[in-house]
Amino acid sequence: MIKAQNVVKIFPVKSGVVRAVDGVSVDVARGEVVVIIGPSGSGKSTFLRCINGLEDFSEGHIIIDGVDLADRKTNINKVRAEVGMVFQQFNLFPHKTVLENLTLAQCRVRRRGKKEAEERAHMLLRKVGIQEKAHEYPSRLSGGQQQRVAIARALAMDPKIMLFDEPTSALDPEMVGEVLDVMKQLAREGMTMMVVTHEMGFAREVADRVIFMDEGKVVEVGTPEHFFTNPQEERAKLFLKQVL
Amino acid sequence: MKATHNTWPWKLLLAVILIGGAAGTWGAVAKIDYQWRWNRVPQYFVYVAEEAQKTPFNGKVSSIVKKNGDAVVTVASGSQRVELTVTADSLKVTENEDIFSGDTVGFAKGWHLGPLMYGLWTTLWISAVSSVFGLIFGLVAGLARVSKNYTIRGLAITYVEFIRGTPLLVQIFIAYFLLGTVFNLSRNVCGVGALSLFVGAYVAEIVRAGIQSISKGQTEAARSLGMTKFQTMWDVILPQAFKRILPPLAGTFISLIKDSSLVSVIAITDLTKSGREIITSTFATFEVWILVAVMYLLVTSLLSQLVFYMERRLAVSD
Ligand SMILES: Nc1ncnc2c1ncn2[C@@H]1O[C@H](COP(=O)(O)OP(=O)(O)OP(=O)(O)O)[C@@H](O)[C@H]1O
Ligand SMILES: [Mg+2]
Repeated sequence: MIKAQNVVKIFPVKSGVVRAVDGVSVDVARGEVVVIIGPSGSGKSTFLRCINGLEDFSEGHIIIDGVDLADRKTNINKVRAEVGMVFQQFNLFPHKTVLENLTLAQCRVRRRGKKEAEERAHMLLRKVGIQEKAHEYPSRLSGGQQQRVAIARALAMDPKIMLFDEPTSALDPEMVGEVLDVMKQLAREGMTMMVVTHEMGFAREVADRVIFMDEGKVVEVGTPEHFFTNPQEERAKLFLKQVL
Repeated sequence: MKATHNTWPWKLLLAVILIGGAAGTWGAVAKIDYQWRWNRVPQYFVYVAEEAQKTPFNGKVSSIVKKNGDAVVTVASGSQRVELTVTADSLKVTENEDIFSGDTVGFAKGWHLGPLMYGLWTTLWISAVSSVFGLIFGLVAGLARVSKNYTIRGLAITYVEFIRGTPLLVQIFIAYFLLGTVFNLSRNVCGVGALSLFVGAYVAEIVRAGIQSISKGQTEAARSLGMTKFQTMWDVILPQAFKRILPPLAGTFISLIKDSSLVSVIAITDLTKSGREIITSTFATFEVWILVAVMYLLVTSLLSQLVFYMERRLAVSD
C-alpha cells in the first residue's frame, strides 16, 4: 500500500541544512497499522507529511497504491484525496459548520452532490459519536469532539490510508480516550493507518508494527510485543525508559 | 472600588466640551462680518421649476380635464394622441383649438435635483465603481503578493510601492494629463481609474496581511483533502481572511469616499466641486462647506453602520 524507499528530506536552515528525514524505508501493507514513535525532532511529522505530499522530499521514492509521488507526472491532489490526514491541531475550518467541514471536499474534490455528501457526513458523524453537533461551528466543540470531526472529515473522502500526526497531543487528558477509541475502531475495520503518537498504550494494543525513529532515521522496527519488552537498540531502550 | 462605574459625569463633560466648542466657533464667526444666508441653500438640493409642455405634432385639442389644480390636455390628430399634464392656471389652450407642433400648451411644475444632489450622486457612483475595481485589483495584487513566483510577487510589490509612495493628486494628474492624452480617455475613466488603482494598492496590502494571518494548518488541512490551490484559497482561506480584514477594508473604502473629492481637480463635478461652484454664485461659503461636510459625514457613517452590521452577522462562527 505504502512503499517508502530511502526517503530524504533536507531543510535549509541558517546554519546549513537539517536532514529531517534521512533515508527512511518503510513498507506498509493494506490493513496494517504502523505506529511511529521517537523523540521530539526525530522527523516523524516530516516523514508523515512527505507521504501525502505536504512536503516535497529531496531524495528517494514514496509509492502509494502504485503511484510514485516522486514522479513529476503524478497528480498530487489525486493522491492526497486517497490519503487522509489528521493533525495535532485539528485544523477544522472555523467558518464552516461541522457538517460543512465534512461536505466541502466531498463536493469539490469527489464531485458528490450535496445530498449524497450530507448523507455520508451524517453517517460518519454517527460513527464518531457526535451526530448531534452537525450544525454547530467547531468553536463550540470540545477538543476531543473537534478531533473526532477532523477524523470524520478525512474519512468522508473514502481514503485508502489514514495518517495521524499526534492526534491526541493537544487534548486534555480526559478527552484522549474518546479519540483513541475512534482510531481503534478504524483499525479493527481494517483501515491502513500510520500513526505518530506518544500514547504507548495505543501502540501496544493496536499497532501491527512499531517504528522507532531518531535523528531522521529508522532505528528499530518490530512488533509491539518485541519492541516494548525486548528492544535491541540503545537509543530505543533509553527512549522507552523515559516515556514508560 | 465600586463594581459599576458611573459614566454620566463623563458623558456630561463630553456634551459640555462639544457644545462649548460649537458655541465658541459660533461666537467667533459672529464677531466677523459674515452674513448667513441659509435660505439660499435648499434650492441647491431640490427646486421646483416650470417646464413648458409642447405638443409634438399638429392637431386639435380634443379634451381638457381639470382636477386638483392640474389640467390634462389631450391633443389628437388622426390616429395620433398625446396627453399633456399642466397646471390649471398656466393653461394656454382651449378645447377644439387647432395647435401646431411645438406650440406651448401650458406649464408643468416639476421637482428637480439641485447641483448638490448631482454632486453627491457623482461622488457616490465614482466611489462605488472605484471600490469595485479597487477590490478586484487589490484581490489580484494581494494574491500575487503571496505568490511563490518571484516575477508575479515583484510586479505586485512594484505596483503597491508606486501607488503608496506617490500622492493621489499626482496620480490623478498623471492618469488624466498623461495617460488620458496618450490613450484618449475621458475624464471620468481617468478619475475612476486613478482612484481604483489607488485604493487597490491599499486593499492589496490588507488582503496580503489577511491571508497571511490565517494559520498554515488551514491550507494543509484543505490540501490534505485533495483540494486544489485555487479551491483552498477560495473556499477556506479567503472567507476567513475576509472576516478579519473587513474593518480595515471598510476604513479604506470610507477613506476612498473622502479621497474621491480630489477628482474635482480634473473638472469632474463631484460633491466638492459642486460646492465650489455654488459658492461662486451665492457667496454662501460657510453654509455650503458645512453642508458638504455633513453630506460626506452622512455617507461615511452610513457605510460604517453597514459594516458594523456585517461584522456582527459574520461573527456567528466565533
Ligand atoms: N519547515 C521547516 N524548516 C526547517 N526545519 C524544519 C522544518 N520542519 C521541521 N524542521 C526540522 O526537522 C526536524 C524534524 O522535525 P519534525 O517536526 O519532523 O520532528 P518530530 O519528530 O515530528 O518532532 P515532534 O515530536 O516535536 O513533533 C527538526 O529538527 C525540525 O527542526
Ligand atoms: Mg511532530
